[in-house]
Amino acid sequence: MPRRFIEIRDLVKIYTMGEVEVRALAGLNLDVETGEFVAIMGPSGSGKSTLMNIVGCLDRPTSGTYLLDSVDVSTLGRDERAVIRNAKIGFVFQSFNLLARTTAVENVELPMLYGELGWSREQRHSAALDALHRVSLQGRENSQPSQLSGGQQQRVAIARALVTNPAILLADEPTGNLDSRTSEEIMGIFQKLNDEGKTVVLITHEPDIAQHAKRVVTVRDGLIQHDEAIEQKRIA
Amino acid sequence: MTNSITRLGNITLVGLRAIARNKMRSSLTMLGIIIGVGCVIVVVAIGAGASQSIQNTINSLGSNFVMIFPGAATSGGMRGFTGQSNLTVEDADAIKAEAPAVAYVSPMVRTNAQVVAGELNWGTQVWGAGVDWPFIRAWNVAQGSFFTDQDVRVATKVAVLGNTVADSLFPGGDAVGQTIRIKNVPFKVVGVLERKGGNMMGQDQDDQIVAPYTTVMKRLQGQSRINMIYAASASPDKVQEAEDQMDALLRQRHRIARGADPDFNMRSQEEIAQTSQQQMGILKTLLLSIAAVSLFIGGIGIMNIMLVSVTERTREIGIRMAIGAKGRHVMLQFLFEAVTLSIVGGLIGVLLGVGISSLVAKFLNWPIVVSTASIVLSFGVAGTVGVTFGFFPALKASQLDPIEALRYE
Repeated sequence: MPRRFIEIRDLVKIYTMGEVEVRALAGLNLDVETGEFVAIMGPSGSGKSTLMNIVGCLDRPTSGTYLLDSVDVSTLGRDERAVIRNAKIGFVFQSFNLLARTTAVENVELPMLYGELGWSREQRHSAALDALHRVSLQGRENSQPSQLSGGQQQRVAIARALVTNPAILLADEPTGNLDSRTSEEIMGIFQKLNDEGKTVVLITHEPDIAQHAKRVVTVRDGLIQHDEAIEQKRIA
Repeated sequence: MTNSITRLGNITLVGLRAIARNKMRSSLTMLGIIIGVGCVIVVVAIGAGASQSIQNTINSLGSNFVMIFPGAATSGGMRGFTGQSNLTVEDADAIKAEAPAVAYVSPMVRTNAQVVAGELNWGTQVWGAGVDWPFIRAWNVAQGSFFTDQDVRVATKVAVLGNTVADSLFPGGDAVGQTIRIKNVPFKVVGVLERKGGNMMGQDQDDQIVAPYTTVMKRLQGQSRINMIYAASASPDKVQEAEDQMDALLRQRHRIARGADPDFNMRSQEEIAQTSQQQMGILKTLLLSIAAVSLFIGGIGIMNIMLVSVTERTREIGIRMAIGAKGRHVMLQFLFEAVTLSIVGGLIGVLLGVGISSLVAKFLNWPIVVSTASIVLSFGVAGTVGVTFGFFPALKASQLDPIEALRYE
């Protein structure tokens, strides 16, 4: 039974730059249910990055409420948000953001080192290997980022996002630095994970990539402009 | 509880991995601390060694030892050392007879001479002394015997050789019983002194000849004044008493009023020791402050590199925060890195310091005393430096905004 996992009401975010106030989000409403695959689209300056930062608990709204898994996270402090990020959100970034000179398996182990759950060394290692296998990186466990292709690096990043088994994967332009064939592969992994029940929120400005989702939300001027289900999603 | 221990262990692991990831930077960071700690240990070891060797030399001179030199004389309102000694053999005899705190007295005369034995010759100092000399200087003969009271009374031409002189003139080692010529006067060698080594000034104390003062005055110099008087109190705690008695006696004999400037100077071994210890202390403080400054600079080096590293690793910090590191996790990691670097640097510094100290001891032949206190102290300072100078960069790292940090190029 799907339930509302993300519930956003009247979300406002105002940045003050010198004397100018920039209204990045202007009372936005958005619901996401478990198991959904939502693509958030919009031109630059539309507020989609701000939305992504707030959904990812990296930032707080100026006003409005944001319920994540029925918990109001819009007023939490730095440390509390760090705990939420660790437990419930898996990040995938455009530029992979792996630690340099660190093996794939150690990169994937990283979130477990900060978690509230006490993982033993063996548990960490086997969970990391597991996650790497789920993104088909068998055999590259001990490679460092510099020895991996862009697509492989993004797979390591996805494995890192998966390893703590978060309720939601939050991907910010995950294919922005990849060629179209590799992009298809990465989108295939997201689709596979979504089929297995993982909620995926994808931020992109490429319509082709957005077509891999089940639902596309378009943001403009800090508000939702379109919100439509994809009839025939593109299969990677 | 176990949870927080596990997490602390995790931070340790994270920190160690970060250090290992950048070995070059890590070792450069440590260099300052290594040099600082090494410096402190070597400097303290050299200082302690020097002050111990001074103490040894002083002890070897005899701690009851008092020297009386001729001093400034006033003549016609002009003060100055006239070059003419005003100490006499009678002064020494009077001290012996009338100063109860003084156990041994010897008039001393000195001349430089080229000494000949067979084919060999050697330039050295010839001291004329009394029979008390071995007791005052705490110096025994190794072979033969010292000259006797009888020798002094009748001015016998006998001599006791210092070890260096004996080695130079009689390489075969059979000096006792042989004849040497000092300024063409034949002397019979009756004894050879024990080896004593260098004095505080580094002069070889074994490069001298001792003969009865009467013989030296009559046969070698032809003068009636003596150069100085050596005396020794009955025990170390009577040095002051002996000095007071000799001062009163010599003033009386030289007709100098109490309170007026005397025409002689008195130096006890104790005073000489204090002066050199004082100079040593100044030198030690100076060296130690240089070492402390270098340790401090090492600490600033750590802070500098940690600050650069926080900037350079902004993105890494952002990644860590995005995936759930709290501010204090990041802070602890950076602090741990700084402390680890300074402690490892401190350890290497200790090894280096001890190593250099023993090399100095071996090749320069300096007396070296490596003290546990200096090791513990410099090590502790290194750790403190790590915490102190690591704190600010760590705080800075922990306060980064994850969004800004992630965007950082």
